[in-house]
Amino acid sequence: MTTSKLIFGFGFALALALPIVARADPAGDPAAVSQDEQGLWHDKNGDPTYKIEPDGTVDWNTFSGFRRYNAACIVCHGPDGAGSSYAPALADSLKTMGYAEFFGTVVGGKKDLGNGNDLVMPAFADNKNVMCYINDIYVYLRARSTGVVGRGRPDKHAPKPPAFAAAEDKCMGPD
Amino acid sequence: MRRLLLASCFGVAAMFTAGYAVANDELAKMSADPNQWVMPAGNFANTRYSELKQINTENVRKLAPAWTFSTGVLRGHEGAPLVIGDVMYLQAPFPNTVFALDLNNEGKILWKYEPKQDPNVIPVMCCDTVNRGLSFADGKIFLHQADTTLVALDAKTGAVVWSVKDGDPSKGETGTDAPHVFKDKVYIGVSGGEFGVRGWMSAYNIKDGKLVWRAYSEGPDSDLLVDPEKTTALGKPIGKDSSLKTWQGDQWKIGGGDTWGWYSYDPELNLIYYGSGNPSTWNPSQRPGDNKWSMTIWARDADTGMAKWVYQMTPHDEWDYDGVNEMILTDQKIDGKERKLLTHFDRNGFGYTLDRATGELLVANKFDPKVNWATGINMDKSSPDYGRPIRVAAMSTEKEDVNHKGICPAALGSKDEQPAAYSPQTELFYVPTNHVCMDYEPFKVSYTAGQPYVGSTLSMYPPPGDSNMGNFIAWDNKTGKIAWSDPEQFSVWSGALATAGGVVFYGTLEGYLKAVDAKTGKELYKFKTPSGIIGNVMTYEHGGRQYVAILSGVGGWAGIGLAAGLTKPTEGLGAVGGYAALSNYTALGGTLTVFALPSD
Repeated sequence: MTTSKLIFGFGFALALALPIVARADPAGDPAAVSQDEQGLWHDKNGDPTYKIEPDGTVDWNTFSGFRRYNAACIVCHGPDGAGSSYAPALADSLKTMGYAEFFGTVVGGKKDLGNGNDLVMPAFADNKNVMCYINDIYVYLRARSTGVVGRGRPDKHAPKPPAFAAAEDKCMGPD
Repeated sequence: MRRLLLASCFGVAAMFTAGYAVANDELAKMSADPNQWVMPAGNFANTRYSELKQINTENVRKLAPAWTFSTGVLRGHEGAPLVIGDVMYLQAPFPNTVFALDLNNEGKILWKYEPKQDPNVIPVMCCDTVNRGLSFADGKIFLHQADTTLVALDAKTGAVVWSVKDGDPSKGETGTDAPHVFKDKVYIGVSGGEFGVRGWMSAYNIKDGKLVWRAYSEGPDSDLLVDPEKTTALGKPIGKDSSLKTWQGDQWKIGGGDTWGWYSYDPELNLIYYGSGNPSTWNPSQRPGDNKWSMTIWARDADTGMAKWVYQMTPHDEWDYDGVNEMILTDQKIDGKERKLLTHFDRNGFGYTLDRATGELLVANKFDPKVNWATGINMDKSSPDYGRPIRVAAMSTEKEDVNHKGICPAALGSKDEQPAAYSPQTELFYVPTNHVCMDYEPFKVSYTAGQPYVGSTLSMYPPPGDSNMGNFIAWDNKTGKIAWSDPEQFSVWSGALATAGGVVFYGTLEGYLKAVDAKTGKELYKFKTPSGIIGNVMTYEHGGRQYVAILSGVGGWAGIGLAAGLTKPTEGLGAVGGYAALSNYTALGGTLTVFALPSD
């Protein structure tokens, strides 16, 4: 238990190491300008972003985000960020929501009570299935919000970078 | 003392039923009165059949709304109201307000009960904050709240008589099912298959809310309430540690098998029937083995909880085909022999007919021809695989990180919790169905208590060549054949009602209440209610007039899978309307609409 918590802590720290700065235009320009050692692309502000090749191939993180989103988030936010009858369409939310706010909401949750439609999002800070992949989920939804990735499973994706696989194994821990 | 007796007297219920039988007799008598609707399915057998016939195939076209009632809640509205005497009792989604409405006074609110519940329970309800209804017995109304509190309310005043907490929502354990009263006990199950909750069934004394027994779906024999020698599966004793042997290590502790469906009861056999749900997680490679007793039909002694027989329909589930759907009890002649039957339409797409006394499997056929994960069920009694599905290897999702395509049905199943009805006039079952296929991509997932534990992505779409995502069908349980099938644009997510007037009712996700001819399926009437229907149709008579009532208020699983429209229409399909978003047809809002024929 302690071991897995420690390992998880490591993955969490990795994610936190990215710069979080509030900006006036929170969504920002999604153009990818640099790639880190684990294969994740960043925009000019240093926020995680997607990289789509001219032939439609998506980067590994975007593909990974598609998979993790459609397991952990779909039960409320609907398939492909399209929304449900009781949770917002994140493909729309991320048009105006930046990385910092996204990160904070996922970690800490959100409550909007009353008016016959109590909306509550749980805090995912302890959930490795979300936290180990939070940047992936962000870049996937960012790609959905700009429309460069459509509904459903991306047809082509880049292979899983070895450094990503190593970090993933550490973050998720054994079993 | 009573509890001691209960614990020690397996099967000798008759000895002490004198004091206990009162509630049961009262309920049985009341359920035989078609003017009232005193339990979730109208009767113990779960047939959802009413003897009322003022509304018939000739005059149903004149049906019109008589009165309406808003619950003030925007979430998905499942279940149906009860009618006890001159009062209608109605529940709403979270926070599970209960209304008592005076039928003598145009639905005036007699009392209202609004529980205070921690809103943190909302996000651990996998698929919307639905509640499937109330039960009545002994002057009390029973409500199973989202936070797993079972509360008994004074039917006259709404005052709390007693209240118990059955589970722990911080671990993902929630309440969505309607409580069911059989004899002197009120039964509730638990939801949380997507949170690794190990399912159980609890039986509480209706008088004081004391727990009489609790039986788990998975784990050691003592938790299961089974007798390794006497409890049978397809006629053979299940043996020692029947569940533990089918799991790796301690995985059964987070193994699912939840019990959020509808329960039925046979007073003669003194057995209750229900189904257990999917094993957790959705990634099958992470839980090798048959994962018993998830996906199982259970027959338990109503007094002791001891299992008489079990039948696992989908060993080692790979598709989320929950086994919770209702068990409908009928007495019919099959192969020239009068039999006590149990009919069940499973999420896995097979309609099963069993002998409910023994658990013998009589018929198992696809009730949607597009089902493709298995070619059939092995009916050869001499085979070691007797009773097991004959799987299609290409539809297995066992391989991690692979996108398994074209599996029918989708995880919603060919039918979800929306209950079917049975008419003894036609000997047909009326089944609301889903007609949806999927791609399924499992991957490694980690368990944290109270957090989603899913481990697979889904993409859903209509079966290749079709544009309809639902069918309302009539099924012959003796031959395992579809008698007629009405296509519907969306999944039919509403419970059906059969009546002696020869009319069958159901609702649609666009919001239509529909009436069809029980013999032919011909549409006789439809009316668009304020929102999409995922509730169950019921009927009652008051002041000499027959009424038909339905809750509308779109949401639930349907609100997730369909509100946004389905993904990636299969190539070559031209019917754009077929998979257009449901949100183009209906909006949120809980309303009860009550119909009647116009008074002259």
